[in-house]
Amino acid sequence: MKKVVQIIATLTLIGIVSGGILSLINAWALPLIAKNQQQAATERAIFLVQPEAVRYELIERDDFLVYRVYGPQDKPLGYALVHSGDGYIGPIKLLIGLQEDLKTVTGIEVLDMTETPGLGTRINDEPFKGQFRGISADPMITWIRGAPPMTPNQVQVITGATISARAVVDIVNESIQKLLLLEGFQP
Amino acid sequence: MPLKTELTKGLWQINPVLKHGLGLCPALAVTVSAMNGLAMGLATTFVLVFSSLIIALIRRLVPDQVRIASFILIIATFVTIVDLVMKALFPELSATLGPYVPLIVVNCLILARQEIFASRNAPFRAVLDGMGAGGGFLIVLFVLGGAREILGSGTFLGSAVMPAAFQPWLIMILPGGAFLTLGVMMAIANVYSQYLEKREHKARQAKRMESFRKEGAD
Repeated sequence: MKKVVQIIATLTLIGIVSGGILSLINAWALPLIAKNQQQAATERAIFLVQPEAVRYELIERDDFLVYRVYGPQDKPLGYALVHSGDGYIGPIKLLIGLQEDLKTVTGIEVLDMTETPGLGTRINDEPFKGQFRGISADPMITWIRGAPPMTPNQVQVITGATISARAVVDIVNESIQKLLLLEGFQP
Repeated sequence: MPLKTELTKGLWQINPVLKHGLGLCPALAVTVSAMNGLAMGLATTFVLVFSSLIIALIRRLVPDQVRIASFILIIATFVTIVDLVMKALFPELSATLGPYVPLIVVNCLILARQEIFASRNAPFRAVLDGMGAGGGFLIVLFVLGGAREILGSGTFLGSAVMPAAFQPWLIMILPGGAFLTLGVMMAIANVYSQYLEKREHKARQAKRMESFRKEGAD
């Protein structure tokens, strides 16, 4: 009987101490792991907004994530920017691909959003998102409602999700403005 | 046994991979590059040293019947620590090592050192023994990974070392390359230890002859 108690006590004690230590370490590691996964997702999206990309370099300045993107034979293709702004419900986080001239958008990807399912979430669908491929941001991207774009810098917003769609346009414009303000990016 | 030998015996005399054939699963699976081998070796050494220390400290308190269960619990704790820290600080390395980090729990090299040594010796000796066995494992994995990386990808620790005309041997990156390389390493180790034995034998014989001669002279 004494032996049984000793056996149970030993294993229980080791289990409690181990569990306690692990929960402490887990509390420290969890946010870092989440951050790494987020970064990995962002970097995967770079190849979506810059289809010819072969490699990229992170140029981080003042919490503004800017990636320099290179194509085959190390030819500079342009940039990829991470920028977020307010959507209809919560923040929308975008990855924006930009050509070397800093005026032509190569594509956008939604990294994070909390928009209305089925309405606002359509900003991540091809009919809307695809409009940004090759669009001119000179002087800035504008939007039009209920009619196809008339100028090379226009996108048609989504019926029923105008606010989310306009937010995307604003975020893209803002991110380009922000990049132009950085040192070394003046036209 | 002197303290120094507790540390050095793991490097050669009882090298877990070359002499005992322990820990072969990670040794064969992750060593496609020198970096992977190094990382796996370090992770295993960390787990080995700390579990040896804890197990040597509590060796008199643990009832014999739950010895193995307690050891595994302690080993699993340190393995989980390594896994979490690696995921948090070196995500790329953690991704390439994949499931082989959590699998350190069932690496028989670790349990063997606990059963054979840490559970019967004082903590300080157990730590030295863990460092020795871990070090031996690390060296083998690093050499194995290095050889496979040089021949299989033409690089060493990520930088090109082979002439541009070199055609990488694809087999070295595949599992077959691991078996081939490890086989060659074990063969070299055996030849070398046979040579050492022979030399020792000869030295002993020479000494005996010497003493005979002396006696004869007397």
